[in-house]
Amino acid sequence: MTRKQRRLTLIAGAGLVLSFAVGLVAYAMNDQIVFFYAPSEVAQKGVAPGSRIRLGGLVEEGSVKREKDGEVFFSITDTAEAVPVHYKGILPDLFREGQGVVAEGHFDTSGAFAADSVLAKHDENYMPPQVADALKKQGMWQHMGDGTQTQ
Amino acid sequence: MNGFFSLAELGHYSLVLALALSLVQATVPLWGAAKRDSRLIRVATATSLAGFFYIVFAFGALVVAYVVSDFSVANVWENSHSAKPMLYKVTGVWGNHEGSMMLWVLILSLFGALVAIFGGNLPETLKARVLAVQAWIGSAFLLFILLTSNPFIRLDPAPAEGQDLNPILQDIGLAVHPPFLYLGYVGFSIAFSFAAAALIEGRVDAAWARWVRPWTLTAWLFLTLGIAMGSYWAYYELGWGGWWFWDPVENASFMPWLAGTALLHSAVVMEKRGALKIWTILLAILTFSLSLLGTFLVRSGVLTSVHAFATDPTRGVFILGILVLFIGGSLALFAWRAPSLRQGGLFAPVSREGALLYNNLFLVAATATVFAGTLYPLALEAVNGEKISVGAPFYNLTFAPLMVPILMAVPFGPMLAWKRGDLLGAAQRLAFAMVAAIVAVAVTLVLTGAEGALAPFGIGLGVWLIAGALNELLDRSGITRGNFKHALPRFFGLPRAAFATAIAHAGLGVTVIGIIATTAYQTETIRSLKPGESLEAAAYTLTYQDVVPRTGPNYREEVFRIVVTRDGKAVTAVAPTKRFYAARQMATTESAIKTFWFSQLYVSIGDLHDDGSVTVRAYYKPLVTLIWLGTLVMAIGGVVSLSDRRFRIGAAKPARSARKGRAAEAGA
Repeated sequence: MTRKQRRLTLIAGAGLVLSFAVGLVAYAMNDQIVFFYAPSEVAQKGVAPGSRIRLGGLVEEGSVKREKDGEVFFSITDTAEAVPVHYKGILPDLFREGQGVVAEGHFDTSGAFAADSVLAKHDENYMPPQVADALKKQGMWQHMGDGTQTQ
Repeated sequence: MNGFFSLAELGHYSLVLALALSLVQATVPLWGAAKRDSRLIRVATATSLAGFFYIVFAFGALVVAYVVSDFSVANVWENSHSAKPMLYKVTGVWGNHEGSMMLWVLILSLFGALVAIFGGNLPETLKARVLAVQAWIGSAFLLFILLTSNPFIRLDPAPAEGQDLNPILQDIGLAVHPPFLYLGYVGFSIAFSFAAAALIEGRVDAAWARWVRPWTLTAWLFLTLGIAMGSYWAYYELGWGGWWFWDPVENASFMPWLAGTALLHSAVVMEKRGALKIWTILLAILTFSLSLLGTFLVRSGVLTSVHAFATDPTRGVFILGILVLFIGGSLALFAWRAPSLRQGGLFAPVSREGALLYNNLFLVAATATVFAGTLYPLALEAVNGEKISVGAPFYNLTFAPLMVPILMAVPFGPMLAWKRGDLLGAAQRLAFAMVAAIVAVAVTLVLTGAEGALAPFGIGLGVWLIAGALNELLDRSGITRGNFKHALPRFFGLPRAAFATAIAHAGLGVTVIGIIATTAYQTETIRSLKPGESLEAAAYTLTYQDVVPRTGPNYREEVFRIVVTRDGKAVTAVAPTKRFYAARQMATTESAIKTFWFSQLYVSIGDLHDDGSVTVRAYYKPLVTLIWLGTLVMAIGGVVSLSDRRFRIGAAKPARSARKGRAAEAGA
């Protein structure tokens, strides 16, 4: 092979690998990405049952009910709208009523949100930014108390 | 306040001095190298050593402020507490934004000083230019600290007590993980400086690759260990039993690791064959650019993650400026100078060079997918405000498929000859490894009842890597050709580099097996238990006994005592706890982990209920420790490679003994 042919082989190989990678990324971007919603956005836009989303907001006061089998029922609210959520598993240490959380899962056919993971903010300086933004949109930011930034 | 009153001011002052020295180091040696003026060139060594001294002093001053709990220093007040254990007082220094940037420049200048000390055999002008480029980076980050992140700001009046470090960070795993991580990704700055210096020189050859490789290898070694430690920390501290979350902060250190791994391999080609010069230079620039990007992602607070504790936007813009300046500048330099570099040797697509290039292609493509997954959500939110999360499902579809072809090819690489290789011959010589891999697939299928073929294939891939590494050593010592008489001396006579390659590749295989086994075959049981009740986790029965309170140095905790039995016989006891840190009013869960051979039982506590029951989550994670043991083996491979003869002679010795060494080598 001449130098030119070798270089062409190389470039063709590199192009093949890169287009493979680009194809994978494009496919996964369409299919494997989870969008974030606040409860009011769910009410406005509607989310099809079964499609994976993240739902963020505050745990509504007085809404938490724990079943003996470990299943937990609660509502996530951004004060304008609230969405009923059920989850089976261990909740984060910081999960409590009035606390900012992000739940990931899907709506079941009854209109309740079946979460398979629940995240809470990890310390008083940090809350999931998506939750903070959702609450800011609702004008609720100041009432967050310990959820706001200390700076 | 006390005898340490002015230490913080002295620390601040020495940072300013370090910046001044760094600015001198960034300019004078360049001028000297252009004018071939030895006196100006020698300024580089002196300033980098003196600058290192001042940064060590400043860092030391901050450490002392933490140790004596001097709460008149705002940074100490925000992140420390007088009742905190001494270890965490010290490690708390880098558990926050300002302190971690101090660690960043400390390590940057440490690497510069090491080049100044051990670079005696480098051409004078190259060394001067390397140190000058290193000083540009140093100047930028010192300026960043002094203008936006000064750790020495005083509070008046001084508070009586500190706010304590985030309890989740008070852990030995996290204490040692940032220094390792920084030694890794800041260490790649040396490769970057060498690349920029070579472009300025307009000359690059095989010797350049030989000088750069030990530094790259050292950085890679620490980064490997740092990432592994971070992963193990997340595994046991966060209480979810996950060991990798594809969190942007993890990706921030993983991208330089992938690119750095590619760089190590392409530097081999350049060192041995003089080929891939321009590509290697570009990779060196890209690797450190990804380190800078990582610093930006973590330190600017643009991300959502458990690690993101930086929140000040002015800092983000400043680091972004540094990022643009260095990446843009180095790429511009590359575009301008690279075409003038001379092309290296020719090779056929099927050859050792070809195999290493294949490795590079896939590693770079994999880096690109991680890059896309990390930055796409940020870009999307900036463009139309839509918020998305990119997690494991994305990477399983993009990163994993790119890893399969590269893992399958690994054992072939060392079997192919330079310049022109024989693929069929290599495959024949790898017969032993192939048989081992097929047996592993079959055994896994039988053991797991043939549910799903993907995981057994993955296990087979891991075994293929380990057996392939062994196969290569056996083949090179002649055992596979039936030459038993000379095999043993030949085996021990193999160069360390051969062992290094084999060990590192085998380590990769060990990690792959751990990842696949844990991901595919772990079991999870969650139940609410009253004292006396039990649950099953794989072959083990866990019986919850009772809960007792305990008091730690700066926390209170409730210890849940659980007895583990197997086939009716008591095996061990575990005691996961729930901790409460009073200073931050914050609770954490401490999981309990028991190791059985390479597998682990992982027990974590959830909610307490009014009726006295408690939610217990138990995992059985088969072969999970192999994930981290494998990285350790990879790192050992790196150490063995560093000890290879050609580096001991080529890099770390003064010129005279190096010549003697080379003469001895030539004579042998």
